[in-house]
Amino acid sequence: MRYHYYPGCSLEGTARDYDRSTRAVLAALGVELLEIPDWTCCGASAAGAAGALLARVLPARNLALAERREAKRDVLAPCSACYLNLRHAAQAMRANPREAAAIREVLSVEELRPEGRTRVRHLLDVLACDVGADRVAARVIRPLRGIRIAPYYGCQCLRPYADFDDPERPTSMEPLIRALGAEVFRWRSGGACCGASLASTQREAGLSRIAAILDDARGADAVATVCPMCQMNLVAFQGPASRRLRRDLARTVLYLPQLIGLALGLPQEALGCRGEGGLPLPTPPGRAAVRGRSPDGAADRRDGEEVRR
Amino acid sequence: MNVPPVMDSSLPPAGAELERVRRMVQACMQCGTCSGSCPNAAAMDLTPRRLWRLVLLDRGEEIFRSRTFTLCSACYRCTLRCPRGLPLTEAMHALQRAAHRGRMRRYRAVTAFHHQFLESVRRNGRVNEMAFMMHYIAAVKNPLLLLRHAALGLQLAARGSLPLGRRPSRSLEALFRRAAEVENAP
Ligand code: SF4
Ligand code: SF4
Ligand code: SF4
Ligand code: SF4
Repeated sequence: MRYHYYPGCSLEGTARDYDRSTRAVLAALGVELLEIPDWTCCGASAAGAAGALLARVLPARNLALAERREAKRDVLAPCSACYLNLRHAAQAMRANPREAAAIREVLSVEELRPEGRTRVRHLLDVLACDVGADRVAARVIRPLRGIRIAPYYGCQCLRPYADFDDPERPTSMEPLIRALGAEVFRWRSGGACCGASLASTQREAGLSRIAAILDDARGADAVATVCPMCQMNLVAFQGPASRRLRRDLARTVLYLPQLIGLALGLPQEALGCRGEGGLPLPTPPGRAAVRGRSPDGAADRRDGEEVRR
Repeated sequence: MNVPPVMDSSLPPAGAELERVRRMVQACMQCGTCSGSCPNAAAMDLTPRRLWRLVLLDRGEEIFRSRTFTLCSACYRCTLRCPRGLPLTEAMHALQRAAHRGRMRRYRAVTAFHHQFLESVRRNGRVNEMAFMMHYIAAVKNPLLLLRHAALGLQLAARGSLPLGRRPSRSLEALFRRAAEVENAP
């Protein structure tokens, strides 16, 4: 399995851990990534606010670069916002001749002449459908036993394109979570919206979205995310969200590939995790047998027994 | 505050954008599914259904007195569920565009956010998130925001997830210019 890889700006910035863990886990699962040379930003939601054509051209440029290198290969994007922008552009190229002509005309200033045949895939789609839970399960050496994980899909990998999951009742992460030996935490907020940049631009509205999601996650050991912005919102605003609902909403939030990587026994540095990603993980065999305590001082948690500090 | 134009002032005026939106929602039957599906409806001064009604009635002034379209977080629920299959999220974006073009004072914080972001893309090809945040905060001149984001920045730095150093940059000037020309061609 090989894909063109589009990391996007967040993955070289605040979401570096997502980039790292994605690369490490896919490599361990036998998936090869070819980073698109000279890729540029997809424009996020800002391009749409400034110009309809610009919003298509910015992602289309990256698809054209991928296509120029190898046309019959899918483009993989881990960021949901990037995925959607690239997906919109691919759709326009394929199904809207007028828009496609305008996009081609603009891209000609960079000597790019795409035919628009490249498919766009979200990381979750590739993990759930191409790699598959069985292949993941076969490589798990350190099952996340006793850990309850709340799958958080957010919006843009599900809607409006129902490429790989049910946009109203998503389930694609569940077999993967079970493959890790963990439990799927049942909740209602899996496909709820975190408000995207509202937390920055319109504080009150954004915060109430985030607080509601974190509140629904009470009882889960961790929330799994597949988008840098979802992750950022759920992590960075736990304090204000807790004050708002007058309840402790602190919660471990990890990128899905970080969780997979922990179960595959990949080194924490390769996953951008510290302290076992904050999970009450069973101590790996060998370590506890000698000391009876795990390095962070918590009691031995082998056999899936959970001890909370 | 003066928000400089992102592309240039030869862009179509707000009115043309409003006309596009009218065409998008022409078949609206006022069923209210969009309002019932919107996670941000409670924070909106007009529900999406009422906003579409005003668009059909061409009541530009009331539309742009409202903040409703700035509260759309592009979750695509309304688009997915509208029984008439209308491209509602896209229509919200088009209204944001109109506000951007009209450089309306009320929307300057949101507009500045998008503007600073795109400036960064145009100049460097990619966005350095922290540099972008600093520019945005400087542009809206709101010290409260500075405090908030400083706190955020400190948290991120503590987690070791702040970007370090500069990345290679690549100007997209020509692409931006051509996109504006093609879009405005008659
Ligand atoms: S959506 Fe965000 S991360 Fe993805 S390329 Fe655009 S700006 Fe960068
Ligand atoms: S949940 Fe939030 S960040 Fe994630 S896709 Fe939806 S709006 Fe974007
Ligand atoms: S869901 Fe569609 S038809 Fe119903 S009110 Fe909203 S826009 Fe109109
Ligand atoms: S896409 Fe925007 S308007 Fe539609 S339901 Fe989501 S937030 Fe509301």
